[in-house]
Amino acid sequence: MPRIIRQKVEFEGRIEEREVVIEGDDLPVWPADERFTVVGTPVPRVDGLERVGGRARYTTDEFPTGMLWGAILRSPHAHARIARIDTGNAERASGVHAVLSSVNAPKIRWHSGASWLFDPELRYVGDEVAAVVAEDAEAARDALDLIEVEYEVLPHVVDAEEAIRPGAVLVQPAGNILGGDWERYARGDVDRGIREAEVTVELTARTPDQLHHSMETHGSVADWSGDRLVVWDSTQHIFGVRRQVAAAVGLPMDRVRVLSPFMGGGFGSKNGAGKYTVIAALASRETRRPVRIVFTRIEESQAAGKRPRSVQRIRLGARRDGRLTAIDYWGLSNVGAYRAVPSPLSGPPKELYACPNVRTETASVFTHTGPAAAFRAPGYVEATVALECAVEALADRLGMDPLEVRLRNHAEEDQVLGRPYSSKHLREAYQLGARSIGWTKRTPTPAQPVGDGRKRRGMGMASQLWGGSGSAPAYAEVRVNPDGTAEVRIGTQDIGTGAKTALTQIAAEVLSLPVDRITLTLGDTDFPYSPLSAGSQTIASCGPAVRMAAEEARRHLLEAAASALEAAPTDVRLASGSLHVAGVPDRKISVAELTGRMGNFTISGRGFRGANPDDVTIRTWGAQFAEVEVDTETGEVAVLKISACHDVGRVINPLQYTSQIHGGVIQGLGLALSEDHVTDPETGNVLDLGFDAYAVPRQSMVPEIDALAVNIPDPVANNLGVKGVGEPPMIPTPAAVANAVANAIGVRITDLPITPMKVLRALGRVE
Amino acid sequence: MTPSPPVEATTRIQLTVNGRRREVAVAPRRTLLQLVREELHLTGTKEGCGVGTCGACTVLVDGGAVLSCLVLAVQAAGRTVETIEALGGDAADPLLAAFIRHDAFQCGFCTPGQIMTLRGLFRRTPRPSLGEIRRAVEGNVCRCGAHLRIQAAALDVAAQGGAPGTPRR
Repeated sequence: MPRIIRQKVEFEGRIEEREVVIEGDDLPVWPADERFTVVGTPVPRVDGLERVGGRARYTTDEFPTGMLWGAILRSPHAHARIARIDTGNAERASGVHAVLSSVNAPKIRWHSGASWLFDPELRYVGDEVAAVVAEDAEAARDALDLIEVEYEVLPHVVDAEEAIRPGAVLVQPAGNILGGDWERYARGDVDRGIREAEVTVELTARTPDQLHHSMETHGSVADWSGDRLVVWDSTQHIFGVRRQVAAAVGLPMDRVRVLSPFMGGGFGSKNGAGKYTVIAALASRETRRPVRIVFTRIEESQAAGKRPRSVQRIRLGARRDGRLTAIDYWGLSNVGAYRAVPSPLSGPPKELYACPNVRTETASVFTHTGPAAAFRAPGYVEATVALECAVEALADRLGMDPLEVRLRNHAEEDQVLGRPYSSKHLREAYQLGARSIGWTKRTPTPAQPVGDGRKRRGMGMASQLWGGSGSAPAYAEVRVNPDGTAEVRIGTQDIGTGAKTALTQIAAEVLSLPVDRITLTLGDTDFPYSPLSAGSQTIASCGPAVRMAAEEARRHLLEAAASALEAAPTDVRLASGSLHVAGVPDRKISVAELTGRMGNFTISGRGFRGANPDDVTIRTWGAQFAEVEVDTETGEVAVLKISACHDVGRVINPLQYTSQIHGGVIQGLGLALSEDHVTDPETGNVLDLGFDAYAVPRQSMVPEIDALAVNIPDPVANNLGVKGVGEPPMIPTPAAVANAVANAIGVRITDLPITPMKVLRALGRVE
Repeated sequence: MTPSPPVEATTRIQLTVNGRRREVAVAPRRTLLQLVREELHLTGTKEGCGVGTCGACTVLVDGGAVLSCLVLAVQAAGRTVETIEALGGDAADPLLAAFIRHDAFQCGFCTPGQIMTLRGLFRRTPRPSLGEIRRAVEGNVCRCGAHLRIQAAALDVAAQGGAPGTPRR
């Protein structure tokens, strides 16, 4: 019987409560020692040929007949009011079909009510002023120049620490701190913990604005026809886009269909609809033509989200044996002009280590810069830099092995909620990672120089804590075709993680079919509801629903076969596409013969994601170890090797697990060493427009990466025993690299990225 | 509002695309990338930046890898162009097969560009070294982080003696 339950759901470091429909009883968890034939094997991607061969159609590849091209005029000022706007010349230009602006567009609230679709007040360089829709891209871009705007330029603030000073220019009317006040947490008595400490260390850490720079830029193609709207969207959440667009344009949700069969990367920046999505929809309604708005790479640098810049201060107190007596943490996150949820910086300091006295004080601050978005483990990547660099500084001070210090402070339970963890295999991750890097060869800071002493090598490490439990609701459908093949339909999306393949493996396992006999389709809101592909939750949320749908189809197959074979259903066995009576191998019928006999799609199954257990905390864990070589003449840091080992429960596909580890590590290397999205304080202009001035990691920067998995199923998290792997591998990389550099040169740089100039300054070689 | 497209002089050009002779009318400011994607509907070639900084739009012109966003369509007159579609989406193609086997992509958006760059490399150098492979795709941005897998896939193809050098007909 379906029932509605209220469930506490952890998502990207925040706990929220929501009502979800649970359609019945969940399946028992797959036993840890279950033997599988498909799950746990390195199945190549089921959509591999489409992706590598160029046949996969992404949003940007949709060119519906009669399609018009949209372009957006963006604010050239960090803070301004539109005093006058005249779109007449643009409207009259050749090939132009519509111009939308605050003059004529419907008043639609955006950015969670903090702005309008076209807001006369502009709060960052890149804020939307107007949009043109024209016959082709060139005509649309040309017409942008014909829009006359008089800006009343207002004072601006781009720095978070300036923005919280009394009398600072207001970015948002309610104040520059998101939510109105600092977020504070305390347990025990930090001041006493510091007094009781035999050693204290203190440091300031800074992390840069980091751009997602998905290779497919943000974009939508909207086709409004009659009372129905179809939107192709490069998104991590088709159902979220449907909800937001339907509300914005005033259509019932069921009249809006959102499609995203292939998607060119998001990393958190595509968790919902953008203004461009709504503008495309409105323009399509007005022109009665399909409309596309796809960002240029420059727009991607200005207005597509970023991991917000952070400044953090941390003080640790400890006994001589390394045991922590206090963690005192302060963090600011510069979330730009708009952001609905604060960065969860306090997660790691509150929870990663056993410590009786902890205080965190954090704020997300509005500034006149591009809006922040979730970026692969938001908050946790940044805070892990501060915490894990401080832990290693403490180990250096105590003359202890940094790994030993961490083991002495291993947290056995969730100290914030006072309850156990469902599973925690961080010790195993430490052990496997340390062995891979050769941790025993690490020498105390500063490490021994190499050769003539120009180059110095060092090792560092960092730990990782993150959610990734997944949650209800998610639903899936399976149907068995007359030829014995099966189809799975689920309204999730594969943003490049390989979700499509892993979910197919789960169905294949249950239905005893080879992977190539199953077609899984996703990326369509006509399919059963699934949550957003973020928070490392896709497989942990959708996988259990797919398993249940496949189990139901399997049960129906067994029952139908029992009838055909004149046996009891409990005596029928399904193996390799054939159904037979147990102990009587020749009393059998093939799946194809059985389903063929019954005609079209009479065997089907539906599944749902069960509720999470509410008496335990579900976390992913991991450790990474870095070895670096620092050139003391040039200041260049070369990472030689990263060993990464993570506890994410059962691994469904080791091939793609490794790819996720590589991806997280490489994005972490970028943050550690090269990526820095710079805003000019004088003008608020972004100084790195595109890839030429913003250094995403290229081949030459990528070291050997040893991707290891603990691979022990979680006993209660969900019916598969899986946890998510998307975000965990990025969390410890920057801290591990920074620690390795400190070990190498004996000076600790915690202002990331660690550029050659910062290394030379730290070594006293330049002013 | 004017319903008709802007009037712009076009030039008729002939070129060979994936083994097929084409004659098209192109406006002077249109790029080869736009021609391939929007006129010829060969959407396997991607636009990642439009200004020659990411390699996603790489195609072969007369056998050499070029960034199609930096080539005007009229410059392709009389030339032979190969796009990712030239590989026929065929699982038997050594580069496609190696990319799949090594999971040398995640979202797949930069992948056609990576593969065409490597196809150009293999045409010049059938058995490239790891260094040559890395240098060849240094300009191809992959944001998902498939770098090591791309190296492995290309090395695998090199070990097999390279990729076939002629476009499929």
